[in-house]
Amino acid sequence: MAMDEIIDGLSEVSCDVLVIGGGTAGPMAALKAKMKNPKANVVLLEKANVKRSGAISMGMDGLNNAVIPGYATPEQYTKEITIANDGIVDQKAVYKYAQSCYSIIEELDSFGIRFLKNENGDYAVKKVHHIGTYVLPMPNGETVKKALYRQLRRARILISNRYMATRLLKGADGRIAGVVSVNTRTAEFLVIKAKAVILCTGAAGRLGLPTSGYMFGTYENAANSGDGYAMAYHAGAALANLECYQINPLIKDYNGPACAYVAGPFGAFTANNEDRRFIECDYWSGQMMLEFYNELLSGKGPVFLQLKHLHDKTIEEIESTLHKVERPTRGLFQQGRGVDYRKESIEMHISEIGLCSGHSASGVFVDDNARTTVPGLYAAGDMASVPHNYMLGAFTNGSFAGLDAMEFADNHDFAELDAGEIARERDRVLAPTKREDGIPPNQVEYKTRRLVNDYLQPPKVTRKYELGMRRLAEVRDDMEQRMMARNSHELLRALEVASIMDCADMAAHASMFREESRWGLYHWRTDFPEKDDANWFCHTLLSKQNGRMTSEKRAVEPYVVPIADDEKDLYDKQRVRATA
Amino acid sequence: MPLATYQTSVPVVVDDAKCIADKGCTVCVDVCPLDVLRISDMTGKAYMAYDECWYCMPCEADCPTGAVTVNIPYLLR
Ligand SMILES: Cc1cc2nc3c(=O)[nH]c(=O)nc-3n(C[C@H](O)[C@H](O)[C@H](O)COP(=O)(O)OP(=O)(O)OC[C@H]3O[C@@H](n4cnc5c(N)ncnc54)[C@H](O)[C@@H]3O)c2cc1C
Ligand code: SF4
Ligand code: SF4
Repeated sequence: MAMDEIIDGLSEVSCDVLVIGGGTAGPMAALKAKMKNPKANVVLLEKANVKRSGAISMGMDGLNNAVIPGYATPEQYTKEITIANDGIVDQKAVYKYAQSCYSIIEELDSFGIRFLKNENGDYAVKKVHHIGTYVLPMPNGETVKKALYRQLRRARILISNRYMATRLLKGADGRIAGVVSVNTRTAEFLVIKAKAVILCTGAAGRLGLPTSGYMFGTYENAANSGDGYAMAYHAGAALANLECYQINPLIKDYNGPACAYVAGPFGAFTANNEDRRFIECDYWSGQMMLEFYNELLSGKGPVFLQLKHLHDKTIEEIESTLHKVERPTRGLFQQGRGVDYRKESIEMHISEIGLCSGHSASGVFVDDNARTTVPGLYAAGDMASVPHNYMLGAFTNGSFAGLDAMEFADNHDFAELDAGEIARERDRVLAPTKREDGIPPNQVEYKTRRLVNDYLQPPKVTRKYELGMRRLAEVRDDMEQRMMARNSHELLRALEVASIMDCADMAAHASMFREESRWGLYHWRTDFPEKDDANWFCHTLLSKQNGRMTSEKRAVEPYVVPIADDEKDLYDKQRVRATA
Repeated sequence: MPLATYQTSVPVVVDDAKCIADKGCTVCVDVCPLDVLRISDMTGKAYMAYDECWYCMPCEADCPTGAVTVNIPYLLR
């Protein structure tokens, strides 16, 4: 049987806790669930292969947000993230993360993942953020995936690779019941009944189109097409602050980090075409991105990461990290362009837009136990709403999700599956394979994402959004009526387009709902250019109600760590003040 | 609407002389996060079947014989 041929088939299995997405948060969630109840069945479902999937497929060069005793306190960290996120934070979850992440670092260390230590054997944490010190380099960061995989095997987690989850299933009482998934190489269906489900499918990283025009040249791992956002939406879960887009400063065209977090502590900095610093701090925030954007358009662009003033040995050390882990083809790219960091600065640009809480704050709404608003459904990592949680947040919040989900599974029986719902989903999934003639998924995807760039990319203009939403609705019609897949690989891409389309609709809807500007470039609305705390100091929650996309306000929970009035706008003061 | 095929130069190249897919190896096909590598029915060797690459490197890093080379996709080179 040739690979990618479409096979008719459906099987059904059941487990106690199902984890969807085996990148970063997923493996940790599965491990913790299993540790909590070793007799229970834990399944880890992955669209790619857990060995090399997700943002960390080639490892990471450091922890961006480690709260390590002696360097930082949970209070400081919670304060910094609250300010960086313009105050719209439920601090309980951030604080809980900050208190627990050190023990997760120690656990990762025990898995064999090494972090940078100084001569005394203490963790060598670096300062990149505006206020505190939280960046911990990982000199052998390429080992992350292997180390995690070993633990999964040891714990006997059942791994199902190459299954793409397409829709969550719920019982009559509204509780989670399981998921429908499709094999990406055969199009066979696997229905998994589960007492609790944890979504860990990463960012919506294929939303905007990179300026290179190459559809898979995204910042995020391009397998992360926002399926989790779409599934949560269709299951009736609430999604928080989707208008707070992810936009990152990256190596132009290559579209990966340059990377100021690695090189900054050695003395590198972000510069304009006069080789001058223009931002105080390289930590990624909407406010910083706005200054970056302004500089690009000011006549002082392009913007660069400058290393050429550093010592040769220092540059060598930086290269040994940048060209070995995380995005190891960075070296190859620079070589191809003839860029030597010793002589020339690295040209940077801004990325396509995406939805992500790992770097920003747009995700499926969760509380401090990683619970979504659907009973028995959890979310962790880039797709869950805990802001700026990065890799260590994926691990730590994944661990909270695993523990609480197993407790839920221990106290509940299976919810009844609805056969009609499964049949309808089967029809939806297979529809593109039943057409003899039509539009291939890559064209539908390209057009959708091109429209996202044309109309949804900030600055957000109401008139443009209205047009954009109309055009997207037309492409949705094409997608639903005319998109065609000739084999199971094209079917995988076709299903991804549906997620991308849902995410585009949600991004547009959420952006139009919040009638103010906030988070710098992430939500800059030209028709409402000011921050409006009187009316909009709140979360926005988007959900499907009676079949319609709906947005509502939700109050920010009272702070655990108070923020003084003169601290609130520290992240608004990003621009280096002109010196005479 | 009728379909036409169009050309694209793919970023990942496999050295047929080094590839041992004919002896049962499928490592690069197994690990690729975008699932774009396949074993050719004609040559029995691995190749890039779909131009949908994140230039991430697992295929090259994990190949037991060093047969895979990842290049930067032309559009962003
Ligand atoms: C290039 C880059 C550099 C970064 N650098 C750093 C850094 O230096 N330090 C730091 O702390 N953080 C960094 N981050 C952020 C950090 O890597 C992420 O926040 C974190 O890894 C996200 O984990 P996750 O589990 O949410 O997503 P991922 O690790 O991306 O995992 C998501 C998984 O879900 C799978 N999946 C998706 N859809 C489906 C579906 N429908 N069915 C089944 N499976 C599915 C995917 O294949 C993938 O394996 C970086 C991110 C990127 C992209
Ligand atoms: S991993 Fe290397 S040897 Fe194995 S199939 Fe791929 S190219 Fe061939
Ligand atoms: S570079 Fe990454 S996406 Fe491209 S073929 Fe290799 S493993 Fe797949």
